[in-house]
Amino acid sequence: MHKLLAANPGQKMLLLGNEAIARGAIESGVAVATTYPGTPSSEISLNFFQISQESDLYFEYSTNEKVALEVAAAAANSGVRSMCVMKHVGMNVAADALMTLAYLGVKGGLVILTADDPFMFSSQNEQDNRYYSKLAGLPMLEPSSAQEAKDMVAFAFDLSEKLQQPVIYRTTTRINHSTEVVVLGDIQTPITQGDFIKDPFNYVTVPAVSRNLHVKLLEKLETAETISETSEYNFFSGDGPWGIVCNGVSYNYVSDAVKDLDIAHKVKIFRVGFSHPMPRVLIKDFLKECEKVLVVEEGEPFMEETIKAFAQEEGLTLPINGKRNDLFSRLYEYNPALVRQCLATYFDVTCKPAAGVNLSDVPEIPQRPPSLCAGCSHRATFYAVNKATEGMETICPTDIGCYTLGFMPPLSAGDFLICMGASVGTSCGFSKVTDKKVISFIGDSTFFHSGIPGLINAVFNNHNFTLVILDNGITAMTGHQHHPGVDMKALSMEGYAHVSIEEIVKAVGVPHVSVIRPYRVKKSIESIKEALNFKGVSVVISKEGCTLFAKALKKPRGRSFFVSEKCKDHRDCINELACPAFFIEDNRVKIDPALCSGCTVCAQICPEHAILPLKDDA
Amino acid sequence: MNPTRLIIVAVGGQGNLLASKVIGESALLADVPVRMSEIHGMAQRGGVVESSIVFGTARSTIISDGEADVLVGFEPSETLRALNKCNSNTVVITNLAPLPPFTVAVGSGIYPDLDVLQSLIKAKTANLIALDAEALAIEAGNVLSVNMVLLGALIQTGKIPLSSETVKEAIKTKTKKAFVELNLKAFELGFSAASQLG
Repeated sequence: MHKLLAANPGQKMLLLGNEAIARGAIESGVAVATTYPGTPSSEISLNFFQISQESDLYFEYSTNEKVALEVAAAAANSGVRSMCVMKHVGMNVAADALMTLAYLGVKGGLVILTADDPFMFSSQNEQDNRYYSKLAGLPMLEPSSAQEAKDMVAFAFDLSEKLQQPVIYRTTTRINHSTEVVVLGDIQTPITQGDFIKDPFNYVTVPAVSRNLHVKLLEKLETAETISETSEYNFFSGDGPWGIVCNGVSYNYVSDAVKDLDIAHKVKIFRVGFSHPMPRVLIKDFLKECEKVLVVEEGEPFMEETIKAFAQEEGLTLPINGKRNDLFSRLYEYNPALVRQCLATYFDVTCKPAAGVNLSDVPEIPQRPPSLCAGCSHRATFYAVNKATEGMETICPTDIGCYTLGFMPPLSAGDFLICMGASVGTSCGFSKVTDKKVISFIGDSTFFHSGIPGLINAVFNNHNFTLVILDNGITAMTGHQHHPGVDMKALSMEGYAHVSIEEIVKAVGVPHVSVIRPYRVKKSIESIKEALNFKGVSVVISKEGCTLFAKALKKPRGRSFFVSEKCKDHRDCINELACPAFFIEDNRVKIDPALCSGCTVCAQICPEHAILPLKDDA
Repeated sequence: MNPTRLIIVAVGGQGNLLASKVIGESALLADVPVRMSEIHGMAQRGGVVESSIVFGTARSTIISDGEADVLVGFEPSETLRALNKCNSNTVVITNLAPLPPFTVAVGSGIYPDLDVLQSLIKAKTANLIALDAEALAIEAGNVLSVNMVLLGALIQTGKIPLSSETVKEAIKTKTKKAFVELNLKAFELGFSAASQLG
């Protein structure tokens, strides 16, 4: 049985924040869960997926976050408890649905989880999604620990049903990826079957209906504020004259800093967990008891601005600060020492900085950037594109996935990246206003996510570029989740259809479509050249399974290769392909047989044909 | 209980996360307060994996520069890279078997000399325990048990509030059954290697 299904309330379990959240949902009787995978939220859905295999939970990897939210919204409006999970930028995709869903509300509980990523450990920006709660007028919750992350999910479902509104549940990477001991609670049996009662004058958002619904939304927001005033998740401690308001992980750093600086007797800490709407009365009462207030929150001054507005309403003139050049930044994530230092600065107490070691005589350590795996089919495709475009001036818009790593030298395949699916749309713009050859890259899952509308646009408006779809048969970057193009039968998964990328591309009317097998180097280069010569939209689908996934499935792999005596040290293999299976020993190129996946690409490009397969058992 | 702060750095695939899990489960068994955090965004694609483990009453799950009490490095150049987490009282345990990053192969970096690396760390910290964990892992029966060798060495130092017995119990119950014997052997080899070095 899945460990998160264990029915043993009171048991202590070591859980990752994301596991705790999934457990919280199970304890709350969640019946429908949807997502598009994205770090740092991915383990929540991974656990949902596993749990759905052995319980009544309906879970799906939807094609994108907007669809995921729509599926969950309908389930919740049929009275079924639902959860929709995404990373922060996924909320941008789902925002169209979110904004008007806030007008409609829900019947069964709906919790929308956004996992923000301060410092951008694995994201293209560090936007602060707390503003979505303000923008949509929805209640928002933010946990500070794994235990709270679990418990708060249950509160979120209850709150959602009480208000008949979706609840935004906001985490940051350090909540998702921290592990703590969590005490389990009871599991509610999920109600999996719902019913939708027709009520078009409340559900069909034509202007006349929406004008009424907006009034209701604001009423619900007022009710939410009264709940926020009495919520156990908004609490304070201490009774000194200095005030600190904090949320999420910042609360942990503040708690430790107050202890380290020995100022517990001088400060009051207000921890905000129900952070939209903010508890106006509680905060105002708190301000009245303080000489000065420091707001500690990663990201934007979301609470700081609100608190300053509250002070203005009350005519309070005490100093309230947070983001300031000598205090906190809007940039990156915080840490205990940084918060300790800012507290010391603001409240003018001494702080002994940690006596770190002198690093001035430490030699430069070679970087260890993540790279495409040994034998990765993307490397082969990029190599073929580089060969096919030799001598051409190109612009290569790229997209979000493992293949983004191809922008690094020596492949240098990737010139422009903004968001999921943008490789296709931006190709339209680049090809219109420049004379350079535009050749863009998108992965299979990203193509399904948001690449298709761009491609239809390109065909209809008769743009001129080549799109390479890197089809490795799985959503690789986030840990091998399935998508509509995955052959689910091959994974022994029942109940799924299969959507062919090639058929979609042809069906939208792309006039030049070719399919290549990137491990066949010469043929691939020829096909790409042909596509590049076509005037108009051409698509090359490069099909080869993810080598890391093949390893995970314990699929038989090709024989490892070695560099034979014939090698004349051209080093094309290293300088143009840069597969991490290569290494240099005694100034000669060698191949690590444990890393080599036997893709044969280096053997095909070696000018001396010096790279040969190892004999069996070698 | 005053906090004890432990950082583990490794290259993706070296089993850092399993070692951290065993430590966390041991703390749970021994009723020692523990909070951990890990960054492993692109671990499977050759990047660095860093775990921070805080024992005691602290709420934070991460460790600021200069504030680690113990640093365990699964790869020597990564141990050196993580020296910013250390102070003059930090105890450092490192594997001496290098995994040179690909940047070295393409000539955009020079792998640090292992003797220089050791003397640098020794000079700046309280103690360095350096061992060829890879050789000991192979001796135990599987090169993949480097993590258990280093875990053994870590426990031997007595710098974290976990006993050898508790950790062995966690290895027995929380690592894959087929590997338990091997993992325990690797743990013992690391433990005794560290006791000879200490």
